[in-house]
Amino acid sequence: MKARVFVTLKNGVLDPQGKAIGNALHGLGFSQVGEVRQGKVIDLELSEPDAAKARAGVKEMCEKLLANTVIEKYEIELLQ
Amino acid sequence: MKSAVIVFPGSNCDRDAAAALEQLTGEKPAMVWHADSELPDVDLVVLPGGFSYGDYLRCGAMAAQSHIMRDIREKADKGVAVLGICNGFQMLTETGMLPGALLRNADLKFVCRPVGLEVEETQSAFTRKYDRGQQVTFPVAHGDGNYFADDTTLDRLEGEGRVVFRYAKGDNPNGSARDIAGILSEKRNVMGLMPHPERVCDPLLGGTDGIALFQSLIEALS
Repeated sequence: MKARVFVTLKNGVLDPQGKAIGNALHGLGFSQVGEVRQGKVIDLELSEPDAAKARAGVKEMCEKLLANTVIEKYEIELLQ
Repeated sequence: MKSAVIVFPGSNCDRDAAAALEQLTGEKPAMVWHADSELPDVDLVVLPGGFSYGDYLRCGAMAAQSHIMRDIREKADKGVAVLGICNGFQMLTETGMLPGALLRNADLKFVCRPVGLEVEETQSAFTRKYDRGQQVTFPVAHGDGNYFADDTTLDRLEGEGRVVFRYAKGDNPNGSARDIAGILSEKRNVMGLMPHPERVCDPLLGGTDGIALFQSLIEALS
């Protein structure tokens, strides 16, 4: 089982990197771009075959280390 | 006052902190490696500045999980003073020993210069030798020093007299909420700040405004 974790800043938390990316895209002529928010992707290989257990484990990892829940939110995607 | 400086892979202000402590206390601090599991018996633990674990994942996130941190947390619960400077402040927020978080600087630039600060709180072991409202200058050197917390937390910090240092008006180098540069824990024995008091303890280094911070600790903890 593989899991993919998306970590992004919570709404309302200033994302200066996202802003800079947005400005750069505007500079390239992509005028259709509105607000940009960036984050990170973490891929995990897991030995746990059960999907529910795997998800619960990854959730715990997110809470303890992968995300700082004061400023970040996370989403978990399980990949077979 | 007995002290210890914790050394992580990537720490680069550990020796600055040790030099300031030795100069002002007359005693060499214990240098404790991050993989050790037990602290010596000390009155003060310093988490120094630098780039522990290469700032991987988030600044201070890996250090917050290191072996020694468990013992530091236990000692802090028992009242031992803990001072986190720069990367050390980031570690303290990552462990939850201090509230909030330190985000990327608002203008995305690494900032390295002296900044004006106001000492807002002198009812602490870290600042009792300063005067309330005293203006001091400490250097800053960081890319992620933008202090963030929700409004309830900020109100609480202010209401409980836990904002120790604020950037002087118009001199906020990183976008920190309410110009906050340093805060205290609820029990007031843990302090984190982004500026570097240990770098202004000798006139040869361009300033002496940091001396009173260490003298405060010596007076409170000896």
